[in-house]
Amino acid sequence: MSDKEIKILAIESSCDETAAAVVVNGRDVRSNTISTQIPLHTLYGGVVPEIASRKHTERINQVIATALEEAGETLEDMDAIAVTYGPGLVGALLVGVAEAKAIAFAKKLPLIGVHHIEGHISANYIENKDLEPPFLCLVVSGGHTHVVRVKDYGDYEILGRTVDDAAGEAFDKVARAIGLGYPGGPKIEKKALEGDANAIPFPKAKVADHPYDFSFSGLKSAVLNYINGAKMKGEEVNEADIAASFQKAVVDALVDHAMMAVDEFGCDKFAIAGGVASNGAFREAMRAACEKKGVKFYHPSPILCTDNAAMIGAAGYYDYLNGRRDGWDLNAVPNLKLGER
Amino acid sequence: MKILGVDSSGLVASVAVVEDDNLLAEYTLNYKKTHSQTLLPMLDEISKMTELDLESIDAIAVAAGPGSFTGLRIGAATVKGLGLALDKPVIPVPTVDGLAYQLWGAVANICPLMDARRKQTYTGLYRFEGDTFVVEHPQCAVAIEEIIEKVNEAGSPVVFLGDGVPVFREDIARLCTVPYTFAPAHKNKQSAASVASLGLLYMKEGKAVSAAEFRPDYLRLSQAERERLEKEQKESQ
Repeated sequence: MSDKEIKILAIESSCDETAAAVVVNGRDVRSNTISTQIPLHTLYGGVVPEIASRKHTERINQVIATALEEAGETLEDMDAIAVTYGPGLVGALLVGVAEAKAIAFAKKLPLIGVHHIEGHISANYIENKDLEPPFLCLVVSGGHTHVVRVKDYGDYEILGRTVDDAAGEAFDKVARAIGLGYPGGPKIEKKALEGDANAIPFPKAKVADHPYDFSFSGLKSAVLNYINGAKMKGEEVNEADIAASFQKAVVDALVDHAMMAVDEFGCDKFAIAGGVASNGAFREAMRAACEKKGVKFYHPSPILCTDNAAMIGAAGYYDYLNGRRDGWDLNAVPNLKLGER
Repeated sequence: MKILGVDSSGLVASVAVVEDDNLLAEYTLNYKKTHSQTLLPMLDEISKMTELDLESIDAIAVAAGPGSFTGLRIGAATVKGLGLALDKPVIPVPTVDGLAYQLWGAVANICPLMDARRKQTYTGLYRFEGDTFVVEHPQCAVAIEEIIEKVNEAGSPVVFLGDGVPVFREDIARLCTVPYTFAPAHKNKQSAASVASLGLLYMKEGKAVSAAEFRPDYLRLSQAERERLEKEQKESQ
């Protein structure tokens, strides 16, 4: 590795956050600008792809300008442009991809397409300067639930994934069912603090023959059935107990899978990533389980758990070192798989 | 003055460079490949071929809508990125104006028709008075009947163009009471050269905006917003 600082302007627009960041050598975040659209989508009870795409288009230049300004840098100082090209909402991804390509083209800079999940995993590098592969990682968000073995920078093996709803998606749906609204994650977490996590025994689904896979749609249905059953009997439900019991069922499933991976692969480092990684109950349960097994536990701070561009800059840096360069025909790939190029 | 033109509002992807009275380069593709894969490689190609120094461009003209929402955004994000990196303004050219301007000097009225789905067309009505481009009816999303009525009211012969022509050909035959013709292959779809040269005109009229300010003009709300407004209106009745 040369002594020269590698400065990357990173852009992320895969869902409902328009984000840009300046990251130096993959771990030194000079700016991390996020323009969230959550209030807009709250009106509709979830992310509306067309509205998200329109807002990205309106805000992206301002977000990039702010990121550069806060970092005290100009495009002239950049060594590469990194951008999320999948997975995500295609219309939303396309805005960031087209913008990043145009900037890289105009400034004659290398272009690096980054996998969104690789970004989430790499968010752990930013605050944990000691963390290096190999390690195990659980990526949990509104769109993803993956158990990943990070063998090296840019070298991933997916051990398991959700076969239906993502964990964060289940949070959103249950939050809607008990009238908490969108976004579900933080609202369930808050409500659960007032409830008893052992009040209602919700099922923990296993996926036959695929021990590392998750299924959350059964759990979601069990919650809905419980609510409907109570309604039919004219009983009042305790929303806090539902929130707490549901959250425990999700967390238990996540931690079980994580520890199974630790046992099988004997890894001494475990990281979590993605929006749900900022859930306090999940974080504490993982911390306790890791401690028990003598495994060092890593998690990003909440601002780096949510969709952001700093994590794309971190992942993009290692892609840069690995020699990845994309052409002007780089396209958005909404269902991009991890480890596939 | 040197203007880069971009049009990705429809199936056609088109980029061009116009310098005053000269078209230096135009690359137009009418092929099903996504604009995300074609637009920038095309710009790269004409830049190389003409040894174009991007810094020498004065402004970027873009077909600003209406059109395919995704296509408009690929064009918008591309010109916004170029504008940001090169510190150049963006000239929003209404897509239908850009279509009509191709038929410069026509003695007939000009009526571009874009297929807007949902039984509508993105259209407008234009004519030339000498070398002055007259916007008779600014671009809009309406039923074909509505625009043909305006064409008939205007009373003059008319030339139709755009990807809506094959869609509405039978309606035109049924409804149009003035003599009409259809523009030929080389003048009947989006062209970045037209966008750039009309953009030059609009630039002189002070219509350029900063790249940060620029946003496409979809002429339509998103489906979710439309349904929410309809629901709110129903509830308030």
